[in-house]
Order: sequence, then structure tokens, then C-alpha cells
Amino acid sequence: MSSAQVSKQGSPFAGIRWNKLKQELIAYSFILPNFLGFAIFTLVPMVFSLVLAFMHWDGANAITWAGLDNFARLFRDETFRIALFNTFYYVAFTVPLTMAASLGLALLLNQPLRGRNAFRTVFFFPYVASLVAVAVVWNMIFHPAMGPINQLLIWLGVEDPPRWTASVEWAMPTVIMASIWKGMGYYMVLYLAALQGIPAYLYEAAAIDGASSWQRFRYITLPMLTPTTFFVSIMLTIASFKVFDLILVMTGGGPGRATNVLVIHTYNMAFREFRYGYSSAIAMVLFVIVLVITIVQFRMERRWVNYM
Amino acid sequence: MRSLSVEAGRGEGKAQGRFSYRLKLGVGKTITYVLLIAMSAVMILPFLWMLSASLKLDREVFRFPIEWIPANPQWDNYVRIWTRIPFLTFFFNTAKLTVIITFLQLATSSFAAYAFAKLQFRGRDTLFLAYIASIAIPWQVYMVPQFIMMRRLDLVDTHLSLILLQAFSAFGVFLLRQFFISIPNDLSDAARIDGMSEYGIYFRIMLPLSKPALATLTIFTFVSVWNDFMGPLIYLNSESKKTIQLGLRMFIQQYSADYALIMAASLVSLIPVIILFLSFQRFFVEGIATSGIKG
Repeated sequence: MSSAQVSKQGSPFAGIRWNKLKQELIAYSFILPNFLGFAIFTLVPMVFSLVLAFMHWDGANAITWAGLDNFARLFRDETFRIALFNTFYYVAFTVPLTMAASLGLALLLNQPLRGRNAFRTVFFFPYVASLVAVAVVWNMIFHPAMGPINQLLIWLGVEDPPRWTASVEWAMPTVIMASIWKGMGYYMVLYLAALQGIPAYLYEAAAIDGASSWQRFRYITLPMLTPTTFFVSIMLTIASFKVFDLILVMTGGGPGRATNVLVIHTYNMAFREFRYGYSSAIAMVLFVIVLVITIVQFRMERRWVNYM
Repeated sequence: MRSLSVEAGRGEGKAQGRFSYRLKLGVGKTITYVLLIAMSAVMILPFLWMLSASLKLDREVFRFPIEWIPANPQWDNYVRIWTRIPFLTFFFNTAKLTVIITFLQLATSSFAAYAFAKLQFRGRDTLFLAYIASIAIPWQVYMVPQFIMMRRLDLVDTHLSLILLQAFSAFGVFLLRQFFISIPNDLSDAARIDGMSEYGIYFRIMLPLSKPALATLTIFTFVSVWNDFMGPLIYLNSESKKTIQLGLRMFIQQYSADYALIMAASLVSLIPVIILFLSFQRFFVEGIATSGIKG
């Protein structure tokens, strides 16, 4: 006997099923307003970007099929190679240094101190300050000729201070410094919350066993922080691969192509040269890199992350 | 703190041990304070320099050694920025976008988050996974198709385009869902038995209990919309529609040698965020901690 027959006969199941359907409809009604906007303005463009990477389009003429042309072009594009290198350069320094700095700050603040909240506020503030304002003040402070940093260096006897964002070698390190400075307060708050969640009895037991403060840090604090470290490393890696605004307002990708990263290249190809297909192909490369690295991070999670 | 108190306990009875412990503690504390103060200086000095430069004449800005408190402050700089470029329009536009986007964001995300956290329906976990995945995919990957779509809809150079793009973020749904899940079901179950509808439970039970999370999302959205540079850069062309960040950028490019004015304008653009941040920083910290750790 099929269930359809049962419900026709007016068994109690019909009421239950109708109830369940009603429940689901109510649930969907909650989701719908957000989902509509999310689907139209996020999901659809996501799928479209994948399609666009296989097309030629300048925005004015008809879209034509490109096959793998856009991807083949990547290999011939010198700027792409430079941008790829610069992106990895930026990520390779920004991620570990930001993690170390934010963990260091969190450890300093995780003690009974006077003015703890004031320090925390100060460290966190650059994170909420607008990039445009931050970039302009950094550029002035690091101005190669007139900026206070170089004047100070000259006064200290440095004969040939770096030309910071005006020089090819120093532009990227300057951007990396600015990025660490701006972001570390955020990750510090994450670490601080995790440090406060480590149960006191672990330290007490270790102290009774005569563990030194370094041993307590190495064998209790660090292992207990691994879930946060894992989370921070993923968030930071993703955020660093998509670095854009900071570089656009600080150096515009220059001098020359010294700070041209993948997203800057994507942006230039789309909004300056109107090569939408090629621009999407670059974006796909970025996406695949981020995806692969995130998957690798998750794969390695079991080896070092410690969940209590 | 806890570990130290244990150590202190062990030292009891051994005067020498306690003394060396005190000494060690004192030295440790001093080093900690020195480090913290040095780091604070690194974080805050650029802003103080900004403030100081904004009150100087252009030729005084780069004078060395730095004159932190200008001898004759040029308060006039703060008047001139409003007449040089339509700063007031930019402020108004940004405020409008911020209020509308924040409101829509709160309304739609809390609504969706309620279903994800408290209701059973087919496809819930798959759908939620799609939301999470979209947080991980860089926005820049699909910014071009978004732009093309907006152009098709004839919405480029309108505030509506930015509202539509930013009002339905997956992040808001995620943040609120994490919070809703932590609210016990007892209250809503009792209300359900009393015949309250799901909408009633959402309005009368969930929302009032979620004030901290809602405050956090409000602040995050406010700050991100206020500071957004890339969205307006791509979508807004006419001067009458530009936002504060875009206006500030324009100012910097047009008057690149008016150092003091640039600093004054930058500082003014920071003020709303500074006020918001100082008044509600508890929510920032809690918000980061919940959305981060539980995720």
C-alpha cells in the first residue's frame, strides 16, 4: 500500500505531513528575503565568472567563445607572472608575520595589567580605520624625501635611507608593514579570546610538576591555541591572497609593476582594458590557488591541530 | 596570573624564593609595559601625526624635528576642506548608504539565521554550506560579473547597486546563526506550546535575546560600508553620488600638495568610526571572538 493511498483515506499521517510541509514553508519564508539577494548578486555572478573565463568579451561587442585562449594567454603575459610572484611574496611575509605579531600582543595582554583595555583599544583601532586615510598618512610618514621616518633615519646617521613606496625594492616591504600594522589588532582579539579559554588547572598542574614558563608556553599554551592558529591561518591566507585596496591606495601597483598583485591585475584588465574574459581567467587562477591552499591547510589540520 | 599565583604559593616559607619571585615578576612586568607602550606608540603615532599635521601650514607639515603641538594651530583647515570639494554631499551619501545597508542586512540576515539555527527543512545544511563557501571565495573573483550584471540592469552609478550588492551578505547570516544556536530552545518551545507562531518567536523571543549579536553586526556593517572604497570606486562615477572614501581619494589626488588639508579631511572621515568604535568596542571584541572561535 503506497503512502499516497493512506493519506487519501484520511489517516492521521496526512495531518502530520501537512504540518511538516507547513513547517518547511515557514522555514523557507524566513530564508527567502536574504537568499534572493544572495543568489542573484553573489551565487549567479560566481557561476558567471567561471563561464566568462572561457569567453572573449570587451563589454560592447558580442560575447564569443574563447575556449582555453584566456588561460593560454596567462603564460605569455609577463605582468601576470610578476603579479603572481608579487602575490606570493606578499602572502609569504604577511601571513606569518601578522600571526606572530598578533600572538605576541595577545600574550602580552593576557596578564593582569593596568590599562589592559586601553592597550587593546589602541592595538585594534587601525583595523577599523579607513584604508584611504591610513594609506595617505603612511605615504606621508614614509615620504622618501620629506617624511619624518627618513628624516629621523638621516638624523640617526643613515646615509641612504630606503625610498619606501617610491622604490622598486622597498615598495612591497612597505606595503607588507602597513598591512601587518593594520590587521594585527583583529587577530590579536581572536588569540586573546582563545588564551582566556585555556583552563587554569592545566597551568596549575604544570607548575606543580615544576614546568618552566617556557615549557608551559611550549607544551600548554601553543597546543591549546592550535584551533585558533588554524582558523587565523586560513582567514589570513584568504585575506592576503585577495589584497587589493591597500595596494591600490598606497602604490597603485607600482612603482612600475613592483606591487602589482593578482587582484590589481584583474581589476586593470577588467576596468581599464575591458578584457572581461581574460580578467575572469586571472580571477579563476586566484580562486584555484586559494582553494588548493585552503584544502591543503584542512588536510594538514589533523597533524597539528589539537581539539580538546 | 593563575600560574603565577601557584608559583607564589610554592615559594611560601622560603623567603629567598619569594624575593626572587617578586623581583622576577617586577622585571617581567616592566618589560611587558615597555613593550606594550612601544607597540601602542607604533599603532597610534600615525594618527597623532595626522592630527598634528592637519593643524599646520603646508610648509610646516614635514618640518623636522616634528612639532607635535603646532605653535599656531590652523583651525581654518577644518573649514576649508568643506568648501574645496563637496565633502558634505559625500558625507550624506555615505550616511544614507550605511543606514540602508545596515538595516537591510540586519533584517534579512536575522530572518534567515533564525531558520538556519532553529527550524528543520530540507536542504538546510547544503544551503548553509553554500553560504559558508561564499565567505571563503574572494569577492574579487566575481566582481566583474557582478559589474556586468549591474550594467545590464542599468544600475551602474546608482546607490541602489551598492545596496543590492552589500545588503545580503553571507557573513551576517553566519554571525547571527552562531549566536542563535547558543540560545536554549526551552523558551521558544514553551512559546510554541502556547500557540505562538514562528514569526512571533522570532520577533518576541529571539530578537530581544540577541541584542549583543545584533549590535555586533550593526557595528561591523556600519564600519565596512563607511570604509568601503572598492565598491564605490567601481560603481559610482558622478560626483553627486560619491561616498566619503572616494571623495577623500579624489581630494588627495586633486590637491596632492595640500598636505595639511589632506590630513584634516582624512581625520574628519575617521571621526564617525572613532566615535562608534570607542562607544561600542565591547561588541567588536565579542563579535570577533564569537564569529571567529565558534566558526
